[in-house]
Amino acid sequence: MSATDKAIPLTPECYRPGISDSSFVRPYLTILPSGSHLTLNLRELWQYRELLYFLIWRDIKLRYKQTALGAIWAIIQPLLPMLIFTLFFGRLAHVPSNGITYSLFAYAGLLPWTYFSNAVSNSSSSVVGNANLVTKVYFPRMLIPLSGVFAALLDFFIASTVLIVMMCWHRIPLHASQLWLPVVLVAITLLAAGTGMLFAALNVRFRDIRFALPFFVQFWMFATPVIYPASLVPAKWRWLLALNPMAGMVEGFRAAVFGATLDWQMLVISSMAATLLLIYSAYFFRRAERTFADVI
Amino acid sequence: MRPAIKVEQLGKEYQIGDREIYDTLRDAIMRKFRYSAGNPRTEIARFWALKDVSFSVGQGEVVGIIGRNGAGKSTLLKILSRITEPTAGRIDLYGRVGSLLEVGTGFHQELTGRENVYLNGAILGMKRAEIAAKFDEIVGFAEVERFIDMPVKRYSSGMYLRLAFSVAAFLESEILLVDEVLAVGDASFQKRCLGKMRDISAGGRTVILVSHNMAAIESLCDRCLMISQGSLLADGTPHEVISQYMAADIDDQATSVDLRDHPNRRGGMQPVMQRVSLLSDTGSPVSSVRMGSSLSVEVDFVCQEYPVRPNLEVSVKNSFGVTVFHASNRVITQYQFQQSMDHGSIVCNLPDLPLVAGIYTIDLFFGEEYQNLDTVYDAISFEVTPADVFGSGQIPTANEGTIFWPATWTVKADDGTQPSSRN
Repeated sequence: MSATDKAIPLTPECYRPGISDSSFVRPYLTILPSGSHLTLNLRELWQYRELLYFLIWRDIKLRYKQTALGAIWAIIQPLLPMLIFTLFFGRLAHVPSNGITYSLFAYAGLLPWTYFSNAVSNSSSSVVGNANLVTKVYFPRMLIPLSGVFAALLDFFIASTVLIVMMCWHRIPLHASQLWLPVVLVAITLLAAGTGMLFAALNVRFRDIRFALPFFVQFWMFATPVIYPASLVPAKWRWLLALNPMAGMVEGFRAAVFGATLDWQMLVISSMAATLLLIYSAYFFRRAERTFADVI
Repeated sequence: MRPAIKVEQLGKEYQIGDREIYDTLRDAIMRKFRYSAGNPRTEIARFWALKDVSFSVGQGEVVGIIGRNGAGKSTLLKILSRITEPTAGRIDLYGRVGSLLEVGTGFHQELTGRENVYLNGAILGMKRAEIAAKFDEIVGFAEVERFIDMPVKRYSSGMYLRLAFSVAAFLESEILLVDEVLAVGDASFQKRCLGKMRDISAGGRTVILVSHNMAAIESLCDRCLMISQGSLLADGTPHEVISQYMAADIDDQATSVDLRDHPNRRGGMQPVMQRVSLLSDTGSPVSSVRMGSSLSVEVDFVCQEYPVRPNLEVSVKNSFGVTVFHASNRVITQYQFQQSMDHGSIVCNLPDLPLVAGIYTIDLFFGEEYQNLDTVYDAISFEVTPADVFGSGQIPTANEGTIFWPATWTVKADDGTQPSSRN
C-alpha cells in the first residue's frame, strides 16, 4: 500500500453509500464541547487495551527498580504485618480466629487486604503521577488508574505463594470452595478500581488526598475483619460491618480458602456495592477528566 | 481538495483559578463559603485563550502556525489533539490524529531504549504489531542500534532525543500535529527530521506545525496561520504571513512600553511590572542600538500587597524566537538585593551586546528569590543595527551565527618560532 492510499481514512463509514462526491465524506472524529453530555465510551477503552497492557507492564517493571530486595517486597508487605499482628493480637490479646492458627488466619486476611490497599494507593496517585502524559497526549484517561489497580495484581499472586506454603504446612485440605477465590478476587478488583478512580480524580484537584489517604486506608483496614473475625463483632452491630464492602470480601476470601461456609448475603451485598461504586466513580472520573489537562 | 481538518468558531475559556497549580480542599470550601456570603472578590476571573477561530485544512497540506508566546497556539494544538476540551465551537477531523507535543512523552529513564520505543509507541497510539514491524527502521533512523538494550538514562541527550523523535516520525496517522519539537537536537538531526517531515507530507499526510522557527515554517509549510491574543489574524503563504509577523514586531518598537494591561502577560498573573524602558549607555531612551554597544532595561514595579526583594530576569530572543541569553540577578550573589521595596525600579545593564543586526524581543520575569510574581512575554522589542565592530569593514551577519565574538588568534610554525604578524 502506498503512502497516498493511507491518506484517505479507510474506515467503511467514511462514505455515505451511493454518494461519491468527496464533500460528503464523513469526519473520522468530531470534537465538541461536551457540556452536560457524558458517556463512558467503553468502546474507546477497548480500542486502547494495548496501551493498558503497556502501562501495567511499565508499572510492574519500574516498581522494584533500584531496590535491593526486588519482588520480595511483595511478600514482605503482608508477611511483616502478619508477624506483628500474630504477636500482639494472636499471642497477647488472644483474638479468636475461627479455630484456625492465628498467623494463617491473619495472613489469609492480609493477603486480599494488601492487594486492595496497594491497588487503591497506586491508582489514587496515578493520574497526578502521570501528569506529563495527561498534558501531552490523548488517550482514555481511565487507563491510568486502571493500570494502577492491575499492576497490584502481580504482587498479590507473588504473595499468594506464601499462603499456599502456609496452607501445606498446616495441612489445610483442598476444598471445592476454593474455586470461588477468583470470583472474590474480581469483586475486590472492581471495588479497588471504583475507589481508586474516585480518589485519582479528586487528587488532581485536591492534593489533600495524598495526605489523607494513608490514614483513610489504615482506618478502613481496622473497620474490616482482616485481623479479627467478623464473628467478633456483636450481632447487633454486624449490619454496620456489612456496609463496608471490603468486609464481605475479606470474609468471603477467607471462607473460600478454609472451606468454611460463605456468607452469601454479605458477599452479594458487597459485590453490588462495589459495582455501584465503580459505575459512579467511572462517571465521576469522566466528568473530572475534562479539566485534568488544565488543572493538573 | 478533500478536507482533513475543519475548525468552526472554536473557543476555549479558562477560569484563571483553574490554572493555579494547587487547589486545596480548604480553598474550595472557603470559596464556596465566600460565594454564598456574596463577597465580590471571589468572582472567578475568566479569559478566552482562543476565541472564534475558524479555518480548514485540506488533505496533504502542511500548515504552520505562528504567534507570540501565550497567543493561543499551544491551546489550539491541545484541543485538536483532544488533550483539553473546547468551550465552544466544533472540529471535524477526517483521519487518525497523531500528536507530537513533546518528544519522548512517557519515556522513562530506567527503561531500556527498546522498552521505551514500545511504551512510547503505544502512548502515541500505535499497535504493538505496528511498532514491532517498524522497530528496526525506528532504531536505524535514530542511530542508536548499539545502545538499544541500555537504560535511556545512560544515553547522551542527543541519542535520547533522536530515539524519541524517531518513534514519533514513524507514526502512521493521516493527520500529524507537531509542537515546537524541531527546536531540539543537533543540527544534522534537525535537518533529517525536516526531511522526514517532508516525506510525511509528500505521502499525502496533513501536518500542522507550531514553531517559533520561521526558517522551518517557511521551508516546510504550504500555508501559514498567525494567531494573536486567541484570534486568527492572518492566513496565507508562509512568506506573506511571516513578513506580516515581523512587521508587527517593528511597529511595536518603542523606547518604553506600558506593562499594566500588556496583552502578553502570562495568564492569571497580577500586573506587578508597570513599565519597561530601554536606555542607552548615556541614559537616553532608545529603541535601537548598534552592534557591540550597551543597553539597559529598566522596569518600574509596584507590589502593593507586600514588599519584595526585587529580582528581574530578562530573556533576549532573536527573530526566530530563540533565546539568545537570559540574565537574572537571582543567580549572582552581588546582585541579590536585600532591601524589600513595595515600589521602585530595577535596571538590568547589558554591556557590549554581542548581538548581530536584527530585531530582538525581551521576555520579562519579575519576582522574589523563589517566586515569580509577574511574567510578560515579548514585553518590548529593539533593533540592533549593523556596526563595523571589528574595524575591518566585514560586518558579521546572522548567517554567520547568532552572536559575534571578539576572538583572538595565534599561529605557531612547525619549528616552534612565532612568525611575525603582517602589519
